[in-house]
Amino acid sequence: MFDYSPAPESKDLVKFQASYGHFIGGKFTKPANTFSTINPATEQVLAEISHGTAKDVDSAVKAARTAYEKTWSKLDGATRGKYLYRIARIIQERSRELAVAETLNNGKPIKETRDVDIPLVASWFFYYAGWADKLDYAGLGANPKAHGVVSQIVPWNFPLMMLAWKIAPALAAGNTVVLKPAETTPLTALLFAEICQQAELPDGVVNIVTGFGDTGAMMVGHPDVNKIAFTGSTDVGRIIAKQIAGTDKKATLELGGKAANIVFEDAALDQAVEGIVNGIFFNQGHVCCAGSRLLVQESVQDVVIKKLKARMENIRLGDPMDKNTDIGAINSKEQLTKIDRLVKQGIKEGGQAWAPSCAIPKNGFWYAPTIITGVSPANTVVREEIFGPVLSVMTFRTPAEAVAKANNSQYGLSAGVWTEKGSRILKMADQLNAGVVWANTFNQFDPASPFGGFKESGYGREGGRHGLLSYLKGSN
Amino acid sequence: MRLEVKKTYKLFIGGKFPRSESGRIYKVNNHKGEFLANVAKASRKDVRDSVVVARSAQSGWASATPYNRGQVLYRIAEMLEGRREQFVAEIRELTGKSEKQANQEVDSAIDSWVWHAGWTDKIDAVAGNMNPVAGPFFNISTNQPTGVVAAFAPQDSSLVGLVNTIAPAIVSGNSIIAITSETLPICAVTLAEVLETSDLPGGVVNILTGNASELGSWLASHMDVNAIDLEGTSNAAELEMLAAENLKRVIRKGGYSRTGAKGSLQHILDLMETKTVWHPKGH
Repeated sequence: MFDYSPAPESKDLVKFQASYGHFIGGKFTKPANTFSTINPATEQVLAEISHGTAKDVDSAVKAARTAYEKTWSKLDGATRGKYLYRIARIIQERSRELAVAETLNNGKPIKETRDVDIPLVASWFFYYAGWADKLDYAGLGANPKAHGVVSQIVPWNFPLMMLAWKIAPALAAGNTVVLKPAETTPLTALLFAEICQQAELPDGVVNIVTGFGDTGAMMVGHPDVNKIAFTGSTDVGRIIAKQIAGTDKKATLELGGKAANIVFEDAALDQAVEGIVNGIFFNQGHVCCAGSRLLVQESVQDVVIKKLKARMENIRLGDPMDKNTDIGAINSKEQLTKIDRLVKQGIKEGGQAWAPSCAIPKNGFWYAPTIITGVSPANTVVREEIFGPVLSVMTFRTPAEAVAKANNSQYGLSAGVWTEKGSRILKMADQLNAGVVWANTFNQFDPASPFGGFKESGYGREGGRHGLLSYLKGSN
Repeated sequence: MRLEVKKTYKLFIGGKFPRSESGRIYKVNNHKGEFLANVAKASRKDVRDSVVVARSAQSGWASATPYNRGQVLYRIAEMLEGRREQFVAEIRELTGKSEKQANQEVDSAIDSWVWHAGWTDKIDAVAGNMNPVAGPFFNISTNQPTGVVAAFAPQDSSLVGLVNTIAPAIVSGNSIIAITSETLPICAVTLAEVLETSDLPGGVVNILTGNASELGSWLASHMDVNAIDLEGTSNAAELEMLAAENLKRVIRKGGYSRTGAKGSLQHILDLMETKTVWHPKGH
């Protein structure tokens, strides 16, 4: 085991304002009804954020409607695309700043924001920029139409990345948007508002309203909104689906998951162990598609668990700004409490929890990477989404049993399969009820690749041609 | 004079023709308001039994080859064509349509089965694709059926509306519980007999006659139903709320025309899920 010297990224790469208003019609409003947003790794306040009211939501929707009717729907696709290319380029230019801002506000390691989040944000805009003048080829026939004004609500686990997944296809298809970042991670969305200004995006095409769930509910309920796009919990997804019942509003819902990561005895076990670690400990396990249920073939259970534990002893938990950190801070006290409660429930139901010996920092919110063995499909930690660095381990004997256990879930977002046998991969991929199947890899994302779930993981897709269709309708 | 042998109009569940478990029936009149038949009035228990058989039949139907499913759907068209006279007579008796109009409706119903039959092995060719991702990965998106579909056929159509409700669901490998028009259920029972003789596995299509408002909430709130088609309902908003409990896929009322000889690919895709598979490329 090597000793690492501290290698912190510089906090000075980003300067936050003391307080922020909403971004409506191309301008920031005066901050009002403010709440503090913190760095979850230190609990230090980063800025004061405005809690959006019905009036704020209404003026944002009005600005979006005006922009849609007067400007954005009148522009040709090529011009809309050029604005998106500009945004992609500015994101690349400001990528270090954005990575630092995201890490400070979210708590995730700088190596992830630097190497995963922000590059994907830029690529998402670059990808959908190219679609803007090719909508006739999207699959809905000639002259497909935008929905109009879209309310978009994004979570705290990948704040700017989720914003990009929402805004880039919506704008390419010709919609205008009102977006609300999560209450704990609003800062990169507000920096994005500045980027829209730098790109000279027409006023009102993108509006950012900050706040809590009540603000989001008003965005869903507003009568002049045509489409809802939400990423978050299944419980809130249900509320939104009920809220829009009987209306003409369309919805894309990206909700929870409880992915099975299935390791067969003939898998390349060292690679599989890397995949298990990446699957559940990436982003502190704050990933809806996290591989949170390990299904390992009985014959290799002991060796896989042994290798996994050895690998986990080398995971570095600590300062998210340190370039060597693997696991950063849990995003909020509330989330930490939830993880802790669910793991305790798992132990109460007979599970054995194990975590490597790692020092937990004094301030901030932290949870050591944990595996729970001795659990069955009926256990709480196997059924419920923990949304933290906690892996439940079960075994299977036959492929049919692996499929049955994997599909025994209210969710169906993603799944992993590890085997060297090609025909088995293809058969498993056919049988798994999941929107994304990663075979001999895990947690891969790309703007060209559709993402989204079956069953209670929601409906609609983001990414690729399918993701574009979420923001279009046929012209007849 | 020989006395005609009349048919008992029953439900179609799991490939069999049971009476309603509740023993209930209701009267159906012809277009002149004269008594035509006592038809089974499906109950909550019939709905629940149908969901169980639909679920158990679904994976087998979905794993049949698309070529096989296409042939079964085409066979349905063949069987329907063979019963043309009966359907024309039933439509005329129920609705008062002219012979020409009734024949046109049967034409559309038959041709819609043929149209759908041809889609089974082409859906992924037009609605699936390779995804050129920025890395050494094979990445492909295909579509698979969403599972068990509950559907309410339009109330104002005796045959073609029901066909254009069932076909878009089963073409891709879903199973379905279809609630017929309450006042025009006669052709639905005859269609069930067509389906029963078309090599369609039992349980893939289940047809319940009765009252959509009464049965709606049981289907919309059923946790083992994956999608709901609200076309023939009179309380669509209420049912959509219930359907949200397990995030059912919802086809709203008026979303698709049900009268023609051609359906809609988008209707088929609304009852499917996109699945994306990744695999690394390397030596």
